[in-house]
Amino acid sequence: MNGLLTTLILTPWFGALLLACNPRLSPRVSRWLALGFSLSTLGLAAMAWIGFQPTFSGYQLVEQHAWIAWLNVSYHLGLDGMSLSLVALTGVIAPTALLASWKIDRDPRLFGLLFLILQGAALGVFLALDFFPWFLFWELSLVPAYFLIKLWGGPGASRAAYQFVVYTIGGSAFMLLGFAALFAKTGTFDFVALAALAKSGVLAAQLGQPVSMAIFIGVLLGLAVKVPLFPFHTWLPSAYAEAPTGASMFLTGIMSKMGVYGFFRILWPIFPEQLQAAAPVLTGLALAGVVLGAFAALAQTDLKRMVAYSSINHVSYCLLALFAVAGAGVYPTHTEAAQAALSGALLQMVNHGLSASALFFCVGILEARSGGRRGLHDFGGVRTSAPIFAGLCGVALFSSLGLPGLNGFVGEFLVFRGVFGLAPWAAVVGCLGLFATAYFLLTFLQRVFHGPQGPGVAAFRDLSALEIVTLVPSAVLMLVLGVWPQCLVSLTNPLVTSWAARLP
Amino acid sequence: MNLLPYTLYLSFAGALLALAVGHRSAAGARVVALLTALAAWGLTLAAAFDFKPAPEWVTLVDVPWIPQLGIHYHLAADGISLTLVVLTGLAATAGVLFSWNIEERVGEFFAFYLALIGGVYGVFLSADAFLFFVFYEIAIVPKYFLIANWGSTHRQYGAMKLALYSFAGSALVLAGLLWIYAGGQASGFGLDELTQAAASLDRGGQLTVFALIFTGFAVLAGMFPFHTWAPTGHVAAPTGASMLLAGVVMKLGAYGCLRVAMPLIPAGLAFWQPVIAALAVTGILYAGLVALVQDDFKFVIGYSSVSHMGFVLLGLAAANPVAVSGAVLQMFSHGAIAGLLFAVVGRMVYERTHTRQLGELEKLPLHRLMPFAAVVFVVAGLASMGMPGFSGFPAELTLLIGTWQFSPLFAVCGAFGVLIAAAFTLRAIQIAFFGQAAAWVPCAGGDAGAGQAGTGDSADAPAHAYAPLTWPEKTGALLLLAAIVLIGLKPDLLLNWIVPSLQSPALRAIWGGAQ
Repeated sequence: MNGLLTTLILTPWFGALLLACNPRLSPRVSRWLALGFSLSTLGLAAMAWIGFQPTFSGYQLVEQHAWIAWLNVSYHLGLDGMSLSLVALTGVIAPTALLASWKIDRDPRLFGLLFLILQGAALGVFLALDFFPWFLFWELSLVPAYFLIKLWGGPGASRAAYQFVVYTIGGSAFMLLGFAALFAKTGTFDFVALAALAKSGVLAAQLGQPVSMAIFIGVLLGLAVKVPLFPFHTWLPSAYAEAPTGASMFLTGIMSKMGVYGFFRILWPIFPEQLQAAAPVLTGLALAGVVLGAFAALAQTDLKRMVAYSSINHVSYCLLALFAVAGAGVYPTHTEAAQAALSGALLQMVNHGLSASALFFCVGILEARSGGRRGLHDFGGVRTSAPIFAGLCGVALFSSLGLPGLNGFVGEFLVFRGVFGLAPWAAVVGCLGLFATAYFLLTFLQRVFHGPQGPGVAAFRDLSALEIVTLVPSAVLMLVLGVWPQCLVSLTNPLVTSWAARLP
Repeated sequence: MNLLPYTLYLSFAGALLALAVGHRSAAGARVVALLTALAAWGLTLAAAFDFKPAPEWVTLVDVPWIPQLGIHYHLAADGISLTLVVLTGLAATAGVLFSWNIEERVGEFFAFYLALIGGVYGVFLSADAFLFFVFYEIAIVPKYFLIANWGSTHRQYGAMKLALYSFAGSALVLAGLLWIYAGGQASGFGLDELTQAAASLDRGGQLTVFALIFTGFAVLAGMFPFHTWAPTGHVAAPTGASMLLAGVVMKLGAYGCLRVAMPLIPAGLAFWQPVIAALAVTGILYAGLVALVQDDFKFVIGYSSVSHMGFVLLGLAAANPVAVSGAVLQMFSHGAIAGLLFAVVGRMVYERTHTRQLGELEKLPLHRLMPFAAVVFVVAGLASMGMPGFSGFPAELTLLIGTWQFSPLFAVCGAFGVLIAAAFTLRAIQIAFFGQAAAWVPCAGGDAGAGQAGTGDSADAPAHAYAPLTWPEKTGALLLLAAIVLIGLKPDLLLNWIVPSLQSPALRAIWGGAQ
């Protein structure tokens, strides 16, 4: 199993290299090659899962090699329950998104190439434990994402892609500065070492209160733009809406999780006290994301933008849970609530990845069938002409809405159960978001699938075999995780227990 | 190591040979130039292989030259000069390849070109202030002729402006050196001797002399507000000369600051430090913002050079080992990246489209017409904006760490500079190469007929009108790209040379003298 994590990251990149070196590949071969290399993640993640020790809360399959002596940088990879669940999620979402892009006939070789680079970079973010390689993967993921949006996106893609990259790099520049400052004082970039320093109180003593707050804000900015946390979300609706379906699926399914992952992996362990101090404000921002994201989605008539705004709402639950826990401080009565909130947040990451990417795919299908229309009122009665589609899309909608029995419910329930114990007012306000989410998702269902048939809807074909293959795995996982969430929770349980125990 | 002096002898000999051969055969002159540049670069790499990193300078040659004045022909090298001579070899070789299409007076062109290179090697290897100054001037003069004779837009103006700024700068340096020599009763022009002499000046004298010498060198490094020669000079110069100008000549200024001004008068540095840092940061931000609104593609790159050299100056101003190691790494990195950017803009794009106006380039589907150039520019642009995995990133990271140790405020300004660099680079990429992304008709694999590309306006420019890229262009681009990626992934290759040199007695005096 030595080098499994490196293999995980490099296999997609190797595929990209292969595609890059063979410019004359036919579209058909390019598509299959890209899909094959993309699927490698699923297989390798399964191998990692089989060998994973679920009771152990530390890092597993660790790889560490010296890299840059002067900056004390090492190539340090490691896997824990949280990384594993996200790597597995990538293994599911990435091939699905490629399948969703199967019909793209504008240079599928380049599309596959960029997509594989993106996939490898995302995996690197979930596995790297030293800032230098982590940041390399983090920034590198922007490049293929930019070109995927720009070259295959809708009419406003140029502007959306530019805005997306400049916002994100803007955040990253301050995160980079934050880590430069951390290194100037501590002489290390290693997340594990920095977290240990923070835990022992050495970091706070070395940095001093104002400086550590400034560094905290820098790192926070970088992560907040990526998630995005309200009010840094303004790039998101147009980027998600302009991107081609496959890229939207990956952006919302995986890239937004990179930011949330960063909050859990970097910000909280290294700056526990600053996070606690800022928690009231941040909880407010996460709540704003939950509530305003949902209400903004409610106001949309463009289905893709509606799903994009609902993403802001759903991702904000993860952060709401984290901020509530980080801000609560330590009381024995809180431990259980904290565990619930954290488990919920980790589950919610996976759940949102599955449901939001499935929804983007469904909107993509509507667009393809109707010749590019995706307005809320452009359809109607799709259920009668495409019953299978209506059924599978319904599963995704209800999962997103949090219907018991589907995966979304478990995550949101745990989040609310935890947040209620820690910050009851936040839970109460957050319920507004739940309500609005239910309202707009049901409107989606109602307007598109029910009622009298809209113009041209009668001619809608039902799902093709390819589309069924694309959508069914996600739908099945939504059901499985809904009735048997334990399979994921058990992965993250030791981690959550140790987090809840080490609360400042 | 003992081979290093031959780099400059070889370059000057090559210059003469190119001139002689050029009268009969243009192709011969090109080959001579390429072989000379390659041979000199080979020498630097050979020297690098048996270089033992150590704080001390390795003296290569030391013979009295003008004994009455204590002037020596003293060549020496340490890890920092080694880094820069390797860069010079790389930039010179790539520059020859990108000058392959020069057709007028080829022999003379390469003669000036190689003389310039010889002067640059000389500066990086000099350990005697007088000798340093002589080579510094030798490097400036051919610059003028290269631009004035083979340049493009406003070449006379650009060449004259560059020459005047450079000479004004050197006059300041010379005045400063003579002040120390005369005022401090120095026994010679060796850097050690001058350092002792400078220490005997009174404080007011020290501060003034430092200001003279540092400003003189900083003009050539493009320090705000003395940077205005750089964009016009870069734009006016022929591609190969732009590459050298941005790639190595601007480094001469920064190298002079680091090697001469700072160790000579550490007290002066300690005093002027905040001013230099403020000017450096102003340059980073101002030039970055100016680059963001340029309509001329080459001006975007020209101003980006000023902005990136601002980071070098900021690192020097911070005056601690980490920051200076970052500054030297940034010198190497910017040398390769700026060279590549100018090569794409000046040679690959301009020579084919005959326009550098972004507004006109936007109407051409360049990413379909010259995909190789587009890919190279995108990668070089990413490197230029500090993307991890390329040489700019370790340099910027090291600089930010060192600057933070000096002053968090300046480090924050530097971070804004990183952000602006991303914005203007991305804007240039987007407009110049992907302006017609929407016109990209579906194609089968990568082998679609280029004739399909573009609709509407852009159909007027048939794809086959552009000559395909030639082998010298591709080779040159790949060389520079390889260096950028290699140093990006393994900055230790250079840091292992640079870092021990930071503990030399001359530089230790700086770390002690500055805050």
